[in-house]
This record gives sequence, structure tokens and C-alpha cells, in this order.
Amino acid sequence: MKVELRDPNKIMKLSRLGSFHQSKLSFLRSFLNEFKEWEYKRDLFNLNENGFGEAVYSFKKNKRVYSLICFANEIKDEERSDRVIATKWDAAFTLHDGVPTKKDIERLKNEVPKQEVGRLSYKELTLSRANKSVRIYNHVVESLSKGKQPDLNLLSKVGYLYRTTAVYGSGKFGLADRFRIKNREEINGPFRLEMMLVYLVRQFTFDQVNHVAYHKNPKTAVKLDDNICKNLGIGNSTGLGMAPFIVNHPTLLNNWILSREKALKKIREIKDVESQDSDLFIDCVKKSLKNITSWNTDSEYQQKKISSLLKDVEKFLNFIDKDFNFKSEYPFNKIYQWLEDNTCEECIEYIVSIMMEPYNDIINPLVKEMSSDEEKYFNIPTYRKVDELRNIIEAKYPNILDINFEEKENNKNFWFISKNKEEPRLADRFEEHGSELEQPLAIARDIKKLYDKLLVSKNSLTIAEFLTSNSELRHVVRRAFIVEKFPYSEIQDNTIGKDLMPIDMLRLKLSFFGALKFDPRSDKWLRICMFQGAPLPNELKSYDEQWVYKTNI
Amino acid sequence: MKSLSEIETTVKRASKAAGYSWGVSEETGKSIRLLELFSLPGIKHLNEYFNEKNKSKFENLNLISENNSSSNNPYCPITLGVSFLDQINVLENLKKIEFKNVAYPIIFISFISRSSEIIGKKIYVKMDEKKILLNLNVNISSNFIEKEFPKLVNTIEVNLLENEDNFTDDEWNNLYKLSEETFVEESDSLKEGAAGAGLTDND
Repeated sequence: MKVELRDPNKIMKLSRLGSFHQSKLSFLRSFLNEFKEWEYKRDLFNLNENGFGEAVYSFKKNKRVYSLICFANEIKDEERSDRVIATKWDAAFTLHDGVPTKKDIERLKNEVPKQEVGRLSYKELTLSRANKSVRIYNHVVESLSKGKQPDLNLLSKVGYLYRTTAVYGSGKFGLADRFRIKNREEINGPFRLEMMLVYLVRQFTFDQVNHVAYHKNPKTAVKLDDNICKNLGIGNSTGLGMAPFIVNHPTLLNNWILSREKALKKIREIKDVESQDSDLFIDCVKKSLKNITSWNTDSEYQQKKISSLLKDVEKFLNFIDKDFNFKSEYPFNKIYQWLEDNTCEECIEYIVSIMMEPYNDIINPLVKEMSSDEEKYFNIPTYRKVDELRNIIEAKYPNILDINFEEKENNKNFWFISKNKEEPRLADRFEEHGSELEQPLAIARDIKKLYDKLLVSKNSLTIAEFLTSNSELRHVVRRAFIVEKFPYSEIQDNTIGKDLMPIDMLRLKLSFFGALKFDPRSDKWLRICMFQGAPLPNELKSYDEQWVYKTNI
Repeated sequence: MKSLSEIETTVKRASKAAGYSWGVSEETGKSIRLLELFSLPGIKHLNEYFNEKNKSKFENLNLISENNSSSNNPYCPITLGVSFLDQINVLENLKKIEFKNVAYPIIFISFISRSSEIIGKKIYVKMDEKKILLNLNVNISSNFIEKEFPKLVNTIEVNLLENEDNFTDDEWNNLYKLSEETFVEESDSLKEGAAGAGLTDND
């Protein structure tokens, strides 16, 4: 039986993309898989009794070494802020290419804590900073110093000791450009070095609390239990900065989604499913319920989504238990069709993610297809004709063409870059100033404009000729030729309408990172947790691949 | 040191601020990034051009022909470059294209370099007496690379080169003969077992 890939016009809608969940394809899981054989080491741990100073952690294989350099600093409570406008953080980090010399550490000590206003070099690969969850951090230090393990109930409400507020890579602030390292096999997957940084930061947070607790009371202090460490992750506060990324990298977006779609198609095409595979799938769905019930958020929007997810996953388990026979032919195809007919988008995508768990043979090759050589697709094929471009737009953007941008509600917002922090922002064009400096992120509106122009242009004109008098549409001409080859490269929705939920765009990206427990704090930013339940570095050589579904707190 | 990614992003934004469309600004970002990668003064010349653009007028050439001349104001190197890039598949049929009065030609050169990759042919450029070879966007070589690039040239002659060897048949044959010394003469029995042997090719 041949199953078709799902229709981009359905999958690339924001409500669907905003319902995506982590899976085996997610970057933090593929990072662990890639680096599990590497030698992990804590090379330097030079903190004072209050936990301030420097530390270095590394992964090494053959002659290749990646070193995380940590700078823990003392800041006042009133200086601590997760907002991008902050200028001081509890800790700052960079991932260095190779073994840092003393001179490197001295240089970086002056730059890394400054973050966006510091300067890095081609020897540094990623940059980040993090703040303590003060409530949890103090409780853990206090408990450990008294010889007790911390209160698991309290830990479960947050899930981490530190929260990062940005992770930068790919040439930002002088960091190495991607092209310098793109041929390294171990990083042939998106955001692999960003994932390494976050993973090693997590270990630093455990070492730091143990160190501070010990110095607080050397006679009674105990170490944080490994099992508790394992169930703590690293938090992350994410704002709108992430949203334009998925618009600005169309071929990369396509490759992420296409890998997911290919995985689903192949799984639906399995005629006979082995018992061990169906057992693993059902086991993961059942165990994952804990991830849903321990998902805390004050956001009414997310609470509703969690509640319908829980209800539908329970309904699904009931269906599997009572009405479903895994011995029938093409069982995952039947499951998928049942999900489409009976459950919400959040549940469909949740179960789709879990379907991948038994199938390393399908997933692992797809992980290697998730990067993109974007330069290859940048040039516009200007020898092609106006009628060809019009046909592409009609075929690839059918719903976009139905939107009337003359209506105020469909043209309500504009994306801009804020002057003080150079970060993307969204504002109401009819109430705020600055819409004349709008970023080219209103793709749906501009595609519609392009289409209207093409309708009144001669079919036989070449694109080169068309562009001589339509330069303002060049950016969308390029995109239309990209979507012709890359069907999942475009969000098939209006990114400036009044009903836009920007966190859908953030969630899409974060689900591919492997984030759990999305906690929207408004419609424009959210908190998440990464690596919660993941093996500790000294456990990497042999770990349970389904750790995501087995968190204990 | 600024990364190429920073250079591309900043050039794109600056070009938009200087009045170009987002699509053209994206092209300019790519082109200046390329110049800086090749250690050519892209940022310096773009900066000077944008400063001068505030004070002086430049001509936009949208449709390129064999001979292009701007008698009043110099050609804008960005519009000229984008037009060249867009029209390269047609321009490929011309052997030689001439431009008179071009401002900041190094910026234009970066677009010609990218065009060289698109058509898969080397492009030879003469700017007044200066010579530049654009080699499929892999490198740019010149007889004056160490010297200051001009801010204005009277004539740019663009020659689209055919894909030809740049050595003689004799030189090649001599080298090929030497390479044959690594081959082994095959015996008759080995020939009988080689691919396709024993079959009638008219099957």
C-alpha cells in the first residue's frame, strides 16, 4: 500500500505546526545519539565557595574536542531578568572549538559575560547565558547542605535549576560561521552544537549546587541524587526572536517537516507490525501521560490544549485497548486515520511523534536529511516565464490566495526589528509607529501581491523581464521558486493577521529542538524545559532511548 | 573579526535602508559577503557608495544590451549587478558586453562572479586597463588585486569565455603518455571475461 505524504496546505497551517511535539527526530535526541560514544570530561572546576568562577567541560573523540567554558557570576536579585534587554546573568557560556588555552579563557572571561555586546572569535561556536530559578536553586542548596535531598514536589513544579534566555550560533557576535565547520560529520544535523552547549550547561548546574552545598556545610552536605539530576532539565525562556527564523530559512524548514512526514508515511506503510514494536509504542503512549499530567502552565490557552490532549490520549488508549488489533494489516495507517477522525490536532501530532519510537531504521537516515545547503537554492531561475510562476503560486498557495488583505483584520500586524536590542518584534500597524520599516515576513500578503501583478503581466515575459519593473516583489519571487521544489518550506497561513498566535511559530521550532512542557507566558513568549529525563553524561554509553517518556518528577 | 554571517545580515539591512527592495538587498548581502570572503574591499566600497548616493545621482540600468553607456550619471553598481545576474542566460549569447561609466565597479564585479557560476563559464573583465578573471565564483584573480580599487571606471568590458583548455594539445598528449605508464597490458583470457564480452550487442 502506498500512503501519500500529508498535504502541506493542511500541515503547514499555524494551528497544526503549533501542535507539534518532540520526537526521535528532535535535535536534542539526535545529538545524544551522535555523541554517546564520545569521551566526556570535566576539565576545570574553579569556583569559589559561593559557586562563582570558571569551569570547563568537554566532549572528545580522536583529535576533535568541543569544550564548554562556563563563567558563573554574582549578580543582585534586582539585576536578574529573563528578558532580552538584561545585561547581567547568573552564568554565561560559550562552546569553544578545541581545548581552550589559559589565554583563551582570559579573553573569553571579558567577553562571554557581556553576551551581545561582547566579541567572540572563529574559535567559538555557540554562546549562551542562564539565570537561576532562585526558588529551586536555593531550596536544593539548602537541602543538600543539611544532608537531605530536595522536595520532589517543589522540583516537579519547575523541572530545572537554571533557565537559559538565549542560545546563539552561526556567526553571531563574531562566532564561527557555519561554513567553517559544516563538513564535520558529527554535526551533520541542525543545532547540534547548540544542543551540546545546553546539555553540558545542565551538568554544570548540578556540579555547582553540589559544590555550594558542600561549602555551606562540609560536615553534613550530601550530593544531589543522580536520579533526581536525571529528572531535571534546563529551562529556556523564548520570545519572538525565534519566530522569523522559520520564515527566513525555507529550505531548512522544509527538510525538518519533510523528514517528519516521510517518517509518518513509512510507518503507515508497514503492513505487519512486530509485537515488540507495537508494545513499545503503546508503552510510550501510556508512560507519556505523566508528561501531560505534570505539564504546569498558567496560560489558559495552553491549559485548554493540555486538557483536550489528555482527554484525547486517554480516548486513544481506550480505543487501542478495546477496539484495535495490531495484528491487522497496516495498523499504523488505521491508527492515523482514526486519530484524524476522532482527536484534536494536538493529539494527532503527539501520537505521530510516538509512532516513531520503535523505528530507528526509518528515523536515523532521516536525521541526516534535516540540514540544508541554503545557498544552493538562493538564485532565482530568471529564464523562466511569468505563466510558470503564476501556475506555481496557484498550485502551492491556494488558501493564501483566498485571503483579502484589504480587510484591516488580515493586515493588522507588522514585524520589525527593535532598535535597542536588535530583536524581532510584532506590533499593530494601525496603533504603533514604524510599519514603514516592516521586515519581509508578511509572506502571504506579498505572495498575493505578486500573484495580482502576474495576473496582469504577459505570459511570455521572462522572470528577468518581470523583475525589471517589480523589484519590490523579488523576495517572494525567490520563495515561490523554492516552494516549487520544497513543498513544506512555507507556512500556509497569514503571519500578520489579527488571529495570529506567534507562539505557534515558536512551538514549531522548539518541538524540533526537543523541548517539553511548553508554558506560554503570553501569546508572544513561553518557557520550556530541555533534557528533562535525559541520561547524565557518564551514562551516555548505554542509555534508555525512550527516556523522554520516563521522567519521575 | 566580523563573521560572514554578520556581514551579510548587516549589508542586507543597510541596503534596504539605502532604498533598495528587500529582494535586491538580499542579493547585495550575498555579493558583499562574497567579496569579503575573497578579501576584497566589499564593505569599504559599499559604505562609500551609500555615502555618495546621498549626495549624487546614479543611473539604474535594468535592461542590459551589448553596449551600455550612461552619459550623465554613473551606473549604480547594485542595480547593474542584479540586472546582469538576472539576465545572464540571455547575455551568455553575447561574447562581449561593454559598460561605460560605472560607479564602484568592485560591487558590480561580485554579481558578475555569481553569474559565472550560473552559466558555468569563466568571465574575463577589463576595467579600463585593469584585468580580472572570474572563475565560476570559486575565486577572483586580477593583475591589480593589491592596489586600490577605483571608485569610478570609464569602461568595463565583460568577455564571456567559452569552456576551453588553457593548455596546448601537445602539452596534454605528453602528460597523457606519461600517465599511460601506470597501465598494464591485458591478456587475451582476461579480455574474454570483461564486461559485455561474449554477448551479441545487437540483442
